[in-house]
Amino acid sequence: MAKKPQLAIDTRPWRDPAAKPFVRIRNVTKKFGDVYAVSDVSLDIFKSELFCLLGGSGSGKSTLLRMLAGFEQPTSGTIEIDGQDMTEVAPYNRPVNMMFQSYALFPHMNVEQNIAYGLKRDQLPAGEIHDRVAELLSLVKLQDYGKRRPHQLSGGQRQRVALARALAKRPKLLLLDEPLGALDKKLREETQFELVKIQETLGVTFIVVTHDQEEAMSLATRIGVMNYGEIAMIGEPTDIYEFPNSKFVAGFIGSVNMVEGVVTEDEPGHVRIRSAELGCDIYVGHGVDCAPDQILWWAIRPEKIALSRDKPESTEGANVTQGIVEEIGYLGDMSVYQVRLESGKHLRVTQTNTIRGNPDAITWDEQVYLQWGDNAGSVLTV
Amino acid sequence: MRRGWFLPIAASLGFGFLYAPIVSLVVFSFNESSLVTVWSGFSTKWYGELLADPQMLGAAWLSVQVAFAAASIALVLGTLCAVALVRFRKFRGRTVLAGTASAPLVMPDVITGLALLLLFVAMEASLGWPAGRGLLTIIIAHSTFCTAYVVVVVQSRLSDLDLSLEEAAMDLGATPIRVFFDITLPIIAPALVSGWLLAFTLSLDDLVIASFVSGPGSSTLPMVIFSKVRLGVSPDVNALATIIIGIVAIGVLGATVLQLRARPKKAKA
Repeated sequence: MAKKPQLAIDTRPWRDPAAKPFVRIRNVTKKFGDVYAVSDVSLDIFKSELFCLLGGSGSGKSTLLRMLAGFEQPTSGTIEIDGQDMTEVAPYNRPVNMMFQSYALFPHMNVEQNIAYGLKRDQLPAGEIHDRVAELLSLVKLQDYGKRRPHQLSGGQRQRVALARALAKRPKLLLLDEPLGALDKKLREETQFELVKIQETLGVTFIVVTHDQEEAMSLATRIGVMNYGEIAMIGEPTDIYEFPNSKFVAGFIGSVNMVEGVVTEDEPGHVRIRSAELGCDIYVGHGVDCAPDQILWWAIRPEKIALSRDKPESTEGANVTQGIVEEIGYLGDMSVYQVRLESGKHLRVTQTNTIRGNPDAITWDEQVYLQWGDNAGSVLTV
Repeated sequence: MRRGWFLPIAASLGFGFLYAPIVSLVVFSFNESSLVTVWSGFSTKWYGELLADPQMLGAAWLSVQVAFAAASIALVLGTLCAVALVRFRKFRGRTVLAGTASAPLVMPDVITGLALLLLFVAMEASLGWPAGRGLLTIIIAHSTFCTAYVVVVVQSRLSDLDLSLEEAAMDLGATPIRVFFDITLPIIAPALVSGWLLAFTLSLDDLVIASFVSGPGSSTLPMVIFSKVRLGVSPDVNALATIIIGIVAIGVLGATVLQLRARPKKAKA
């Protein structure tokens, strides 16, 4: 595919400290009674980004989205969109449109009327509305469904009508609340790519709220992980997955093995951590902001650990331990091994099944060695 | 096996208990004899007699006027009240409003009637309005208890309505007033129609409250029938009752059908 340099994903404006953010959320707090739904969130989102707010239920992600749309007023803090303060602007005057989780299609209007609703409020001439509706229907591939009522459509079709309606007014910013949540798995995967394609074609800034980490990973230019109303981490999908900044983020995204350890060597170029749980030392090949004797956590993804029957060569006398295979989950493309270490700690290890029906595969109750590189895990202090 | 005969018998006994009096009334409305309880042959002459009775026709026309006006007033007030109760969750006096709105449903008619009569008399004495009792006071009185029914019907429909529909319209640039007329009103329209029909029927039906608040020369149809029956049942009352049953049945049926159709056709996809 040809490069489109205007896209956020190619230019990565968030890496440029001089870049001007398109949406600027400053110290926004929202209280419902005594409960902080969103607490002191600051966030910059750049033009043409597809930004995902990821979090569990009650993490405040939807409240943040509703404040951007104007349905909720921040208790304190400001929201700027395109350099304009939005705090006092009513929802119907914002250059923002939203796609609702329930789609919220008007049941007494057909598809065309639904899409045209926002354009009619802008009092565009009838001819222009007609052309715009036709254009949007073809964008979401529903040309033949204009006269149908919402209840005559399938879930996937409704989702596309909702998208077309939200895009009709050519908003500067589109908010999507769990856009794929109501679709089944297969349809969700197809729609994901379609959504990205549409976003890239139109260059509109998308903010997507989701609880589905896979969805966030495959859609987003950047992800903001939310927990208890606060932003736990903001970063590109690879940053979030490979370099989590906290135990929460490491555990929330994907699966992870988390072990506790004590720092025994703290040098600018490497760190050595003694872990009783692992039964070996962890040698980390880069400096870490920590102190000797500090207790911290080390997190490693299941696919970063190698399994072998023969004792592998260790790095600096560390990063190798042994255990017994307790469980194997065969998933087709890969297998998940549950290995019990001498300390009783279980580690989860995945291996890609590159050989078809491998007769020599490691099996139940086998004694195995586990090994990882000196850069495979993340050292976490919080 | 036992179910084979038990259910039909139980059902027919139940229906018989409920509807046998009405069926006999309808049958005897076509009786030729002027004795109400003796069948002497089929005739529609009492219907003819009924139509020639100016008192009956006048009362019927009055009742229809009252029912129409009261149902319409109740519809507006009841809808506003229901919107306030469902959409504005927190405001001072919400509990009081919710309670008082539905109180007329359980209030005995005698009390409602008496209370309204006292109010009208006091108002006339102090304000000079409403002057005397008649059409206007009956309409006002009926609007009050009909409003309660409209509130119940509209409220249940409104609380089924997905709030995000209204938010979506607002998001697309509609002001709150526009949202109400473009989105809320069309979607709850079936409930409005059935609420209106219910109010109309109830007003047409009412004897007790109307007796309290009506004045000379403004007797509603139920009042005229009741006073006639006290002098001895004449067969033309049967005919009239049959017509009213017909109208009420059509009204209730219409309201039910609309209510059923109003159920959102979800869980289909």
